[in-house]
Amino acid sequence: MTKPIITFENVTKRFGKLAAVDNVSLTVNEGEFFALLGPSGCGKTTLLRMLAGFETPTEGRILIDGQDISNTPPNKRPVNMVFQSYAVFPHMTVADNVAYGLKVDRVPKADRDARVAEALELVQLGGLGERKPDQLSGGQRQRVALARALVKRPRVLLLDEPLSALDAKLREQMRTELCTLQEKVGITFIMVTHDQDEALALATRCAVMSKGVLQQVATPSDLYEFPNSRFVADFIGQVNLFEGVLAVDEPSHAVIKSPDLPVDIFLDHGVTGPRGGTAWAAIRPEKIELHKKEGDEPPNLGDCPKGFNAVAGVIKHEAYLGGSSTYEVEIAGGRRVKVQRSNLTRWDQEDFKLGETVWLCWHACSPAVLLS
Amino acid sequence: MPKRSPPGPLEYLRRWPMRLWLAGVFLFLYAPLIALMAFSFNDSRRNIVWKGFTLKYYEKLFENSALLEAFGNSLTIAAVSTVVSLVIGALAALVLWRFRFPGKTALDGALALPIVVPEICMGVAMLVFFAKVMPWPQGLPWPLNLGAIIIAHVSFSFPFVAVVVRARMASFNREMEEAARDLGAGEFRTIRDVILPHMAPSLVAGALLAFTLSLDDFVITFFTAGPDTVTFPVKVYSMVRFSVTPEVNAASTVLIVLTVLLTAAALKLQGNPAATAGHGAGGGK
Repeated sequence: MTKPIITFENVTKRFGKLAAVDNVSLTVNEGEFFALLGPSGCGKTTLLRMLAGFETPTEGRILIDGQDISNTPPNKRPVNMVFQSYAVFPHMTVADNVAYGLKVDRVPKADRDARVAEALELVQLGGLGERKPDQLSGGQRQRVALARALVKRPRVLLLDEPLSALDAKLREQMRTELCTLQEKVGITFIMVTHDQDEALALATRCAVMSKGVLQQVATPSDLYEFPNSRFVADFIGQVNLFEGVLAVDEPSHAVIKSPDLPVDIFLDHGVTGPRGGTAWAAIRPEKIELHKKEGDEPPNLGDCPKGFNAVAGVIKHEAYLGGSSTYEVEIAGGRRVKVQRSNLTRWDQEDFKLGETVWLCWHACSPAVLLS
Repeated sequence: MPKRSPPGPLEYLRRWPMRLWLAGVFLFLYAPLIALMAFSFNDSRRNIVWKGFTLKYYEKLFENSALLEAFGNSLTIAAVSTVVSLVIGALAALVLWRFRFPGKTALDGALALPIVVPEICMGVAMLVFFAKVMPWPQGLPWPLNLGAIIIAHVSFSFPFVAVVVRARMASFNREMEEAARDLGAGEFRTIRDVILPHMAPSLVAGALLAFTLSLDDFVITFFTAGPDTVTFPVKVYSMVRFSVTPEVNAASTVLIVLTVLLTAAALKLQGNPAATAGHGAGGGK
């Protein structure tokens, strides 16, 4: 399963002076559903377009199956793309759209018709072959674009923001379908998206980019739980970042002192960072527990010494989201901490009220330590 | 029966003063044309009193070899200059749409020049050009003797084609082109299969514009035509100089019917959903 299919070797793409993609090296393996994730303008689309052949790298090489294709024109590459606007040809019927790539490749008509029917069936558009694109809904047009690309049996399928133009309900449905589709056809998918939920839900592995630079390549859960930088921690999901100093760093535990927090952060593992250097503790809102304040004794979750990882605060804002509620709690010093709490029972949301004083605490394993 | 609601602010047709106004406009626009057509069937040398129905002026028309020749010249010039304008105009539009290059703004402006420059100036310019700069050889066999007029017509009609085609290309979704390339088509195949179909309605519209502009151009043609290269409008003008005979009316009627048919055909072509679907389905953005 870990046979590399696509390799970017020190790829840089400059538009004028601006480096849209800056020295990116990346390997995508056969059968992966790979996501390129980042805010708009981070270079993810440029990377995808270089793979499709619409841009050529200024420096570096792109290999597909070990072959350098950096300067191969798009029509000679074993990849196909589903465009953001779907780019379905409006003057052709659905079937003609799907057949187009095969026609260009001079696939005999009988074979072609069979493959078109098969592809339409695959994306659940069987029977709509004679329709014109303007008689289709947005979701259906996307399926045409998918079928049109898949019918060519590419080595890699590229998807440019595949779900961005769909409404919320349809997006949910297409997510599942894209996954099923990929399992069915067994082709490597590479998707570009700015939507972290989409990337986490679909991809087997994600690359997070920012300003043309690759920040982290990891599985979705690793990205979320073990981000390697403040950018990634902040970009993927919600996070409370505390800047501080690495005061203790032993193999068994570490302590970060943050001026924003009245208590120190205790960690049940070593960090191997520069002692006394700046470090950031990133704590996800759902990993902070809320406790009623009864007396002055802070709660202790049992995995850290007394006096760590617990802080009192006042609930300043709450938002009921159905499945969970989020709170903003102001702690001594004025810093607000985001906390998320699952509504496990139907009465949960009534437990904590605006203006109430509460304890916040977290496990010693919960904070992620970031050194950059 | 439900009572009808009072007319909305834009429902002009349900307010009688507006209907009256509309009728007035139509009268103003079409009464002269209808009079001209009606009097072409008038059995009288004078165009004033209705004497009875006749087709004799149409017969006379088709016996008038000079007029027929002029008509043939006009159609030939219009056809050739349309084709040439179409090619040059479409290419100019593509260049301006597709590429960025130094002097693009200047070219863009210069392209519109023949549209805005008064026709009389264009006519004089053409006269000077063909008299001094590049004299068109005399005595060439038909249709080569029409060369000067054709060149003049191309020069004022291709910018119209360029403007129309360029406006159409502005709505082209570049991803469509990339999709074709992605699916394996080369550059030329992409142009044929994706860009041309999108451009088609504007080519039809541009051709129609170029054809009608050429067919009824008088001023510029008048300055570039020689004694043996008379076009229909120029011929009609010279006939009118003596008197407005029903023959001229008949000739004009033929021209009007021809133009109307041509326009109708072009509109029908453009109404073809396959040709215009690009408006709605093309840009997902």
